[in-house]
Amino acid sequence: MTVQVLLPRLLAECTGGRTSMALDVPAPTTVGTLLDVLAAEHPVFGRRVRDETGALRRHVNVYVDGEEVRRLAGLATPVPADAEVMVVQSVAGG
Amino acid sequence: MPSTVSARMATTLLAIGTRKGLWFATSEDRRSWSLSSPHFLMTEVPSIGIDTRGGRTRLMVGVRSEHFGPTVVHSDDLGVTWDEPEHGAIRFPADTGAAVERVWQLHPDSADRPGVVWAGCEPISVWRSDDGGNSFALCQGLWDHPHRPEWGAGYGGAAAHSVVPGPDGTVHVAMSTGGVYRTTDGGGSWQPRNSGIGAYFMPGPAPEFGQCVHKIARDAVDPRRLYAQNHHGVYRSDDDGDSWTSIADGLPSDFGFVMLAHPRRAGTVWVVPLVADGERIPPGGELAVHRSDDAGSSWRRLTDGLPAHEYNAVLRDAACVDAGDPVGVYVGTRGGEVYASADEGESFSTVASHLPDVLCVRAAVLP
Repeated sequence: MTVQVLLPRLLAECTGGRTSMALDVPAPTTVGTLLDVLAAEHPVFGRRVRDETGALRRHVNVYVDGEEVRRLAGLATPVPADAEVMVVQSVAGG
Repeated sequence: MPSTVSARMATTLLAIGTRKGLWFATSEDRRSWSLSSPHFLMTEVPSIGIDTRGGRTRLMVGVRSEHFGPTVVHSDDLGVTWDEPEHGAIRFPADTGAAVERVWQLHPDSADRPGVVWAGCEPISVWRSDDGGNSFALCQGLWDHPHRPEWGAGYGGAAAHSVVPGPDGTVHVAMSTGGVYRTTDGGGSWQPRNSGIGAYFMPGPAPEFGQCVHKIARDAVDPRRLYAQNHHGVYRSDDDGDSWTSIADGLPSDFGFVMLAHPRRAGTVWVVPLVADGERIPPGGELAVHRSDDAGSSWRRLTDGLPAHEYNAVLRDAACVDAGDPVGVYVGTRGGEVYASADEGESFSTVASHLPDVLCVRAAVLP
């Protein structure tokens, strides 16, 4: 199945300059698996978004079709076919 | 006809890590400085190591984004390009269940141990690299220390912020909070070494460990002599850290974060006092560096070239010395001012103003 992924512009240098991409992933899939696929191709991007325990960094948010995954099942949140997954930094910093 | 000077003047590099990026300043005379444009703008730079061993210069920088976490990068061309190991230079083994929060210290070992670089991190952990800082291994002996559950966090976080290797393989570390620990077997075992260091923020007599030692430094000539700036208290040890005695007499305050030792001369150290833990400003609102040339028996207050009014603190790594002759001394404030002395603190000139909060400075005479 295909998933549309939107990535933060601040991390474009980690993804070859790309801020959006269509990923083909086996169904069913989850946010965690999707991030694994991205990290395999772009390891530095993977470290920017999750720490070495695999946890999503505190000030990184992931939305699946507009729903923030921390309000759903976190990294276990299912990603349906043709979903739009948005990775974006939260409001933080000074 | 005057003779010409044919010898190339040495270039001194000063790296300035701030809350929002890294700047370089260079100078031929350590009095007038050229400031670079920022690197890693909008990311915190809490640690810098400048490794000039072997006749080459490698810059190592701990970078931390509020959003995207910490990492370590290095440059072998003075910051023209930066390399970052894809999978990270410092990452906790999976079985620890821990993640690096901030890299507080990057410290190249001596020329006798080429390639060895030490790192101190938050959460409290010490790391060793044998490949010049490309990759680091966790010092498992300290990580597994039975005291670790009782180590605490200072205001800045729970970190090993000082790693001080000695010539015989002994390594001292200082952590906040926990105090000083020492290994004499290559990092397999670590013993607390805080006897005589106070912990006024805890009731009762000073404990075996748990002190909030802010910075330690080793004497240039006697490796068994160490100096410590504590969370109230300035101390010296003459027995490799086994015991500590106060050297605060003659200082306007025993609080502060900085402790610097001369790289070649015995007994010369610098501190930057602040009033107290509840009043973290220079005494009288006037920034002053204090130097002792007799291992802390007496102190001289040095202010020439420093501002008359300064209400910002100097953090523990926002001061350093270089290896020039005479030694250069550098301090940066949380107000974004950076000062350099080419004469061991007798006089200072301004390197940079209006930068973000200065978190660390490191200087080296380039080979």
